[in-house]
Amino acid sequence: MTKQKDNTSEVVLSVNNISKNFLLPHEKMVSIKSSIVNIFKPKDRTIEVQHALKDISFKIEKGEFFGILGRNGSGKSTLLKILAEIYQPTSGTIQKTGKLVPFIELGVGFNPELTGRENVYLNGALLGFSRAEIDEKYDDIVEFAELEEFMDQKLKNYSSGMQVRLAFSVATRSEADILLVDEVLAVGDADFQRKCYDYFKSLKKSGKTVIFVTHDMSAVREYCDRAILIKDGLIAHENTADVIANEYLKLFNENNSSSLSAVDTKRWGNGQVRVSNLDVDTSDDKISLSISIQSDKRGAENYVVGYKLYDSEGKLVMGGNNLNAKNGKKLFLEPDSKQDICFLINNVLGNGTFTLSTTARLGDGVTICDQWDNAAEIKVTKSESYYPIIAPADVSVD
Amino acid sequence: MESFLNKYRYSLILLRELVITEFKLRYQGSILGYLWSVMRPLFLFMIMYVVFVYFLQIGGDVPFWPVQLLLGIVLWNFFSEVTNNGVGSIVGRGDVIRKINFPKYVIVVASSISAFINLLINLVVIFIFMAVSGVELQWQILLAPLFILELFVFALGLALLLSALFVRIRDVNYIWEIIMQGLFYSSVVIYPITLVLAKGEFFGQLLLLNPVAQAIQDARYALISSDAITLVKLSGERWYLILIPISIVIITAIVGAYVFKKRSPTFAEDV
Repeated sequence: MTKQKDNTSEVVLSVNNISKNFLLPHEKMVSIKSSIVNIFKPKDRTIEVQHALKDISFKIEKGEFFGILGRNGSGKSTLLKILAEIYQPTSGTIQKTGKLVPFIELGVGFNPELTGRENVYLNGALLGFSRAEIDEKYDDIVEFAELEEFMDQKLKNYSSGMQVRLAFSVATRSEADILLVDEVLAVGDADFQRKCYDYFKSLKKSGKTVIFVTHDMSAVREYCDRAILIKDGLIAHENTADVIANEYLKLFNENNSSSLSAVDTKRWGNGQVRVSNLDVDTSDDKISLSISIQSDKRGAENYVVGYKLYDSEGKLVMGGNNLNAKNGKKLFLEPDSKQDICFLINNVLGNGTFTLSTTARLGDGVTICDQWDNAAEIKVTKSESYYPIIAPADVSVD
Repeated sequence: MESFLNKYRYSLILLRELVITEFKLRYQGSILGYLWSVMRPLFLFMIMYVVFVYFLQIGGDVPFWPVQLLLGIVLWNFFSEVTNNGVGSIVGRGDVIRKINFPKYVIVVASSISAFINLLINLVVIFIFMAVSGVELQWQILLAPLFILELFVFALGLALLLSALFVRIRDVNYIWEIIMQGLFYSSVVIYPITLVLAKGEFFGQLLLLNPVAQAIQDARYALISSDAITLVKLSGERWYLILIPISIVIITAIVGAYVFKKRSPTFAEDV
């Protein structure tokens, strides 16, 4: 992750006090009559000024992998378009050395009525390649896209995955000094994504300057040297990729101060015993789950209460029940009665949002009494910086 | 020359690719394909011929009037294709403009070149008609490219102006539609100018101040018949009248290019 800094580091892109305002006209024409009356009075239309970017400045050095993060609507796409010279800034300047190629979207200019081959030439031209230059690269492009048999078919007969592969293949041949990449990796199957990441690694190795906009924090951590976090049109933070990725995740956590929130729950079971109350208490080192169990008139001679924790991607992180706990014991309940159970779990979780599901079943291992998915959400914001999903507390180093 | 090529390298590459694309897509999916380039004006010619020459007996005394009529239709089609396609060309390419930065004028120029290629194909048909009708070529034919160039510059200037305005003001294409109707009937395409001159020399002069009418009439003179009445012949003593259509063309081209250049940086936001 560390970048070897030499003394001859050279700024290739310098963004100086960029601001961007959009003028949004509000047309409040109530009736046809009033709109006709007002046709020659444009002053009646109110114009709202939206400040998409406010005084943004940063510098990018040669060979850097630079991340731009921000929530939807924060202004990062506007910034990207200004960097790509698609939009003009309202004020401020950008100085750059070398050729900058933007990948706001793959396959710009692709036409469904043209064949794959013709689209390669058209897309290549938009990226600045002459026919002769594409001729040279053509076999490479087709091979990389693995579309040898399809090049003379019309693009409209391609699957979307094939189109993306072809577009990406052309894009990788662009000889840019600075690359501007906007979440293009979010598409394609696993195999294709691996290819993309391989390409990214090769870019990093060859010392290209890359500006990378994404929501994928693991990609940011893996590739970026430095990053900025845009919030409400301002640079909220500028730091190493790791720190910024954490700040980004915090944006989503700070809105919810309570650690327990009802989310999209799903619940089913025969109701012989059910969870009547659930309390989650999270501290930096312990998670306590207080579960109240209520039985109906059938009661339960032998039942099991379990919990499972899933990470934000839905992967099971940990789980357990009353039997496999340290002081595991069997549970039984008279008809129409209540029982409180408390699990005390070491909080080994890293920063992030986890969802909890609980299960109450009978000892036969088959009859589910109360399966409660997404019963609660647990947000872990540990005071120290980033941890992956699991952050064991007592790690020693010799 | 070297530096000129470097500066405009990207534009030239793009222009070439866009012209090729447009040409490929023009008759996409039609069975007769490029034959339509020739057949469309021919069928229009046949209709006009039947209505105006056969039934209404217009232009009977004008030498080679049918060929002159066809030439007029072909030139008018070229002018109308460049301007009509031009109006919506920037908006039509909005998806690309929003994704990548490139010289936008290339879009308009590419669509006008594609119309120009169409015109060249049609001119071949005209030459065939001329040969069949027994038109004798004269030295004036050397002037023809000049008048076609004049028409091209005028149409391109208008296309640049209209396409830039259309991004913000979507009324432009309707306004232009109406203007084109007026221009069509005043550009001496479907009737010989002698009909107007019968009403008075002034009206003829007035009509020929319109660059489209002047270019069409001059092209008829250069290609088909040295008897065709041109602005030069009509103005006589008042030779300075010749300067008016030429000035209109030059001013339109300059204004068009200027407005386009001024507006193009915000196309991506407005389109």
